[in-house]
Amino acid sequence: MRVNFVLSEVATGLRRNLTMTVAMILTTAISLGLMGTGLLIAGMISDMKAIYYDKVQVSIFLSDHVTDQQRQAIATELKNSPEVKHYIYESKTEAYARFKQQFSQQPELVQNTPADALPESFRVELVNPERYSVIAAMFPDGKNGVDKVRDEGDFLNRLFSLLNGARNATIAVAVVQALAALLLISNTIQLAAFNRRNETNIMRLVGASRWYTQLPFILEAAVAGLIGALLAVVGLVLTKVLFVDRTLAGPIKAGIIPPVDWSAIAFISPIIAGAGVGLAAIAAYVTLRLYVRL
Amino acid sequence: MIELQHVTKLYPASGRPALDDVSTEIDKGEFVFLIGSSGSGKSTFLRLLLKEDTPTSGTVSVNGKVLNTMSKWQVPKLRRTMGCVFQDFRLLRDRTVAQNVAFALEVINKPQRTIKRVVPEVLEMVGLEGKAGRLPHELSGGEQQRVAIARAFVNRPLVLLADEPTGNLDPETSEGIMLLLERINRTGTTVIMATHDYHIVDSMRRRVIELNGGQVTRDQSRGVYGVGR
Repeated sequence: MRVNFVLSEVATGLRRNLTMTVAMILTTAISLGLMGTGLLIAGMISDMKAIYYDKVQVSIFLSDHVTDQQRQAIATELKNSPEVKHYIYESKTEAYARFKQQFSQQPELVQNTPADALPESFRVELVNPERYSVIAAMFPDGKNGVDKVRDEGDFLNRLFSLLNGARNATIAVAVVQALAALLLISNTIQLAAFNRRNETNIMRLVGASRWYTQLPFILEAAVAGLIGALLAVVGLVLTKVLFVDRTLAGPIKAGIIPPVDWSAIAFISPIIAGAGVGLAAIAAYVTLRLYVRL
Repeated sequence: MIELQHVTKLYPASGRPALDDVSTEIDKGEFVFLIGSSGSGKSTFLRLLLKEDTPTSGTVSVNGKVLNTMSKWQVPKLRRTMGCVFQDFRLLRDRTVAQNVAFALEVINKPQRTIKRVVPEVLEMVGLEGKAGRLPHELSGGEQQRVAIARAFVNRPLVLLADEPTGNLDPETSEGIMLLLERINRTGTTVIMATHDYHIVDSMRRRVIELNGGQVTRDQSRGVYGVGR
């Protein structure tokens, strides 16, 4: 294969169709960028699940008037329950310290919260996280010094279904955008084939192989796909540097939201590039087979 | 070398066959004129030899290979043994004379040093030495056809198919082109030329196959264009 010849054909093709090429690259970039975002959100969700689900499943908040005796009774009951894997006691002071850390980026909120506003609590990890109702039954709300029993898992489930929804929506838009990108690629390749019909006719007559005739077109699409993928990766990097690392710096520092690591972007980039190049090349090949006589 | 046996070609759009039970044989090194009015089947004849089309019935073979059953992947190999020249030259307008000729070799993967050696040789042979760097629009019609012939011949094909190669040229220029085709024929290349130009046919006195309504109505060695002209 004469690499120079094929590459110069590819360059000529991309240049001749400049506007279509730009459109093709941009739609591909947007589609792949959204796909990458979807993958990053998916990664974030699993990181968050690891952070949250492991910690606390049920919180038992104590009332302000709880006696030492009542507190001791609850601790004993938790210790003896076969449902409980592990529990910790959090005093008002500890709760306030954790609150201060979590909201360190919003000092006014911390300032306006009195140090004793947060209730003391038992944080309980269950053997089986689904068995929240057993604990709720053991410690009825408003009795024996218990103010309220809260299923943290329920809250987390709602949070995660929201995040999953965001991820799915992103991927759905990415798919629609990918469809637009594929149609544009197909159109561009048909136009390119039409523009170069003199060349391809001669190639056919002098006995160039089908492969040789088709390769420049397929490479043209693949190059556009690759450039689109590179733009998408740049987009992801900018999103991390300008949005995630700045705007979300507080919650990330407080451990509420996991950070977006460079390793995650490094992991996703080749997937995006592969998808971009692969889909573009396949779209071009199918177009040539279906619509263009070479 | 080339053999057609009871070849019929029907195009779906037309009721009348483009070729109707044509049988003929052309030997290696022959020079054959294919004559007949427009729509008589000359172009279909040439297209079948190139396997641009397959016959509806009958067999076409070139160089001992039956084209009917030839797979798509073998077609390029067949076409490397044939050169084509057309009435409208079909040159690439944005490439120089030398690049146009080299293109035919580049796309079949010939090594660069072969191309560098062969292209000037063939340009000299067709009488275009010194014009290698020109673009097609800087040449006369006759010169453009010489470029097309150089491109068709540069890979030393066994057969040269020419579809009305002088159709766009004045008689004097046509004569030059015919001398060139004759010269190519003398190297052992079979030349099959479809034409309307009776001056040329009459003066060359080569084999004439006349088609009429898709049928061979005359096959004559050392023939003339037609009686009564």
